[in-house]
Amino acid sequence: MILLFEQLLNGLQYGVTLFLLAAGLTLIFGIMGVINLAHGALYMVGAFAASWVAIQTGSFWGGLLAGLVASAIAGIVVELGVMRRLYARDHLDQVLATFALILIFNQSTVLIFGRQPLFTSVPEIFSGSVQILPGLPYPTYRLFVIAVGLAVAVGLYFLINKTRVGMLVRAGATNRQMVRALGVNIQGLYTAVFALGALLAGLAGVMASPIVSVQVGMGDEIILATFVVVVIGGVGSVKGAFVAGIVLGMFDTMLRAFLPATLQQVMPGPEAQALGVGLSSMGIYLMMALVLLVRPRGLFAARG
Amino acid sequence: MKKLLTTASLLVASMVPAYAEGTKIGVITTLSGPAGYLGEQIRDGLTLGLQATGAAFELVVEDDGRDPNTGVQVADRMLNEEGIKLLTGIVFSNVSGAVVPEALDAGAIYVSPNAAPSGLAGAKCNPNYFVVSWQNDSLHEASGAAAKKLGYTTAVALAPNYQAGKDAIEGFKREFGGEVTEIYTGVEQSDFAGEMAQIRDKAPQVVFQFHPGGQGIAFLKQYQQSGLLGSIPMVLSEPSYDGVILKAVGPAAVGVTGTTHWNADFDNEASKAMVAAWAAAFPETPLTTYAQQAYDTGLLIGGALNKAGGEDVAALQAAIKAADFTSTRGHFAFGANQHPIQDWYMTEIVADEAGNPKIVTKEKIREAVGDVYAADCKM
Amino acid sequence: MKRENIILLVVFVLLALVPFAAEFTGQSSWTKLVGQALIYGMAAASLNFILGYGGMISFGHAAFFGVGGYVVGIMYHHFDAGTAFLGFIPGTDQMLITLPAAVLVAGLAAAVVGALSLRTGGVQFIMITLAFAQMFFFLFISLKTYGGEDGIMVRRTNALPGLDMKDKATLYWVVLGFAAAYYLFLRRLVQSSFGQIIAGIRQNERRMAAMGISTYRYKLYAFILSGMGAGLSGALMVNFLRFASPDMMHWSKSGELMVMVILGGVGTLAGPFIGAGALFTLESMLARYTEHWMLPVGILLLIVVMTSKGGLMALIRKLTGGAK
Repeated sequence: MILLFEQLLNGLQYGVTLFLLAAGLTLIFGIMGVINLAHGALYMVGAFAASWVAIQTGSFWGGLLAGLVASAIAGIVVELGVMRRLYARDHLDQVLATFALILIFNQSTVLIFGRQPLFTSVPEIFSGSVQILPGLPYPTYRLFVIAVGLAVAVGLYFLINKTRVGMLVRAGATNRQMVRALGVNIQGLYTAVFALGALLAGLAGVMASPIVSVQVGMGDEIILATFVVVVIGGVGSVKGAFVAGIVLGMFDTMLRAFLPATLQQVMPGPEAQALGVGLSSMGIYLMMALVLLVRPRGLFAARG
Repeated sequence: MKKLLTTASLLVASMVPAYAEGTKIGVITTLSGPAGYLGEQIRDGLTLGLQATGAAFELVVEDDGRDPNTGVQVADRMLNEEGIKLLTGIVFSNVSGAVVPEALDAGAIYVSPNAAPSGLAGAKCNPNYFVVSWQNDSLHEASGAAAKKLGYTTAVALAPNYQAGKDAIEGFKREFGGEVTEIYTGVEQSDFAGEMAQIRDKAPQVVFQFHPGGQGIAFLKQYQQSGLLGSIPMVLSEPSYDGVILKAVGPAAVGVTGTTHWNADFDNEASKAMVAAWAAAFPETPLTTYAQQAYDTGLLIGGALNKAGGEDVAALQAAIKAADFTSTRGHFAFGANQHPIQDWYMTEIVADEAGNPKIVTKEKIREAVGDVYAADCKM
Repeated sequence: MKRENIILLVVFVLLALVPFAAEFTGQSSWTKLVGQALIYGMAAASLNFILGYGGMISFGHAAFFGVGGYVVGIMYHHFDAGTAFLGFIPGTDQMLITLPAAVLVAGLAAAVVGALSLRTGGVQFIMITLAFAQMFFFLFISLKTYGGEDGIMVRRTNALPGLDMKDKATLYWVVLGFAAAYYLFLRRLVQSSFGQIIAGIRQNERRMAAMGISTYRYKLYAFILSGMGAGLSGALMVNFLRFASPDMMHWSKSGELMVMVILGGVGTLAGPFIGAGALFTLESMLARYTEHWMLPVGILLLIVVMTSKGGLMALIRKLTGGAK
């Protein structure tokens, strides 16, 4: 029982990380119609900038700020330098261009930071663990990550539903041409949305940096799962990204935690373990295939 | 694209001094991607080892990007175009599985500084194929032996869900003998929170985990963050706690038990000379067992070149087979399948004055052991 | 003879001379390099059939490439060990059996994936094909019998009666023969009424549907044909490299195939081959000089996509004044 609860928390934490990445990606996708494979690179930029500054200054918070600024700037540069010219092109050109960006980002990171992974520790006040249930200490930092993710979700909700910018964003996701026709400064809006997406990806990278290994290519591993979240949630829908992120995070964690052992009980032999792990790695893709077969546009498609 | 996605660094040309007159040695290794530092260690260790022998050599270094296709392509060019008869350097067994047959078919010699897939250790062994590092299984048998020696009877063993990971857990179980719960992790997984919960739930006496490179860093960090580090002891095989990993995880590794075939505090002349040479050449970079294995490979190849020259492959093969060199690990000999017979040690990771982790050798736990596949090798 | 055919013949003869040229200049690794590029070109061309002509952006094409390769690998494994696949299908090392088997199995896989994926469209189609490819990838990684992550070594290239397949040049010419035949096959296919319908669906699916054509069924046929082509090239690749591994179906391989198509020119016959050759040669050349090769490759790709539409083929057309 305690194990189940702990795994649910782990799933929630993975889920909010996916949400942070997917929120930006789905907005960029929905509003500009761009497939940005390089979104994971912005996650990496955030993690590297934060770790490097944290190592130099000894302050996690300084690192946090640096990570956010660096990823936002990287996002703006990418938007102004590359993306802007690709909005009118088809998906294929966008895939190739953002793929090239991944190469450039990864290689430049190696040139700047070298090949060895960077090390950062959890900030002092979150270094311990909290007894959330009797017999279940849970790392405070992971609770902090969950809290930050949920806070961002609330903040985005207000930004998108209660502000003028949010209105434009919603309108843009529903009907791009219409917003443009209304004489809105669409260029400025695009840059702002891209920067916001990059910032959120950077934030995810910063939050992950004390937990995982900060290394080149770290963004490529998580970007696939992020795309799955975006597609399941419905392209352009932040609400969808939130729901799909949390559900997928939990689903994935649960499968990994319980499927191999369950399989072992029903089928004999050492192959059960391997099969269980293989199946749980496939889990999120299987889920996406199933969702798309029932709802070809995802759960909360913004565009009709 | 995997190859493209991964990355590379430092120009080879600037790192490797060219000895224009010497025998050409082809070094195919992984220099790009997250595992790129392993290839860097191997390349640099090999260079220092060869230099120590005073042999005349020229290294031709190329990146395989951890991709068997690229490896074969590079090998083909080295073997057929540049006429290189001696290859080494491969980090990963999936690459060596593709490249080694290519080299052997071309009549060349391959000396492995790291990867030693079991497929090439048994019935398919070959006179021109040598391994200086260790066979995968024996690496983890040592950890099993260490856990047994420490008096533990229940363990949770974790490894990624690929061949080397499965070999690791098999090897551990073979010598441990106690009750083992096996947990396989995802191949590209970097968050192990779920596994931490399972470990806590099982509450074993000891945890054994095999996660090289970035995964190992993440695992150790999270083991500490979840509060398990102080409560359940951990035993590791050497690839899971190399110098680079320790540097990246910091205090999160202190208190962990390791097993290895070599450690920087070894009290022999060859090892001391290597540690000094490394510190002089690369003061910023930790010296890992990867570099040590490559250094030994360099000593072996350099010695053989001095004895037999680089022209006659048969003479060179005989000179390498004789293993007439002073290894940095002390006792070293080739078994029937030309894989090492060597001693294994238990080490402990302690904190130095600055609080950073340091590996201290405790005791010898296995003496002069080879591997289980040697019996199947008929040469 | 039409000008296009003359150019094709010249290119074919030049390619056939590669082993001699490589031997003569002492650059013998070119045989292997060009051979690999030809095989990748075939795989890219098979992708281009659905992507360029059919407008179906599949991000999971490497799955069929890998499945085709594994058929050869698994059959060799059982041939070598003297066992039988699933207990009753004996292994073999005969190319005349392994290649058709690879094409068939890849086609079956494509039929299943296509039947499900084609119910969606647009970006969802891109992602669902990727999802299926990932499932194949993880499946083969967990197959311990067939080497798991490490893959299968195929110690000897499959035998073809009357030919010495150990000889590098012979193997190269066999590959070249397949590539040429596949090119001609695709040319026929594109010009056939089937190809016209596929192109029509890309341009305006609704109109084709209104004409009473079952667009779903035609798209599925195209998807299966394309998967079979990928399976054939995967099988050739395993014979060429004597090695099958899950890397063959990694999502990044799908991306690489897409890059080849786009780089060469989407919806052109020669484009994928040119794209494959250019990317492959560029990578190998740069990797020889610097470990930083990925940076120039990335920048070059970016420049190509930003400044030109239609990839290298468009560039060639511009230079040669409109000739195909």
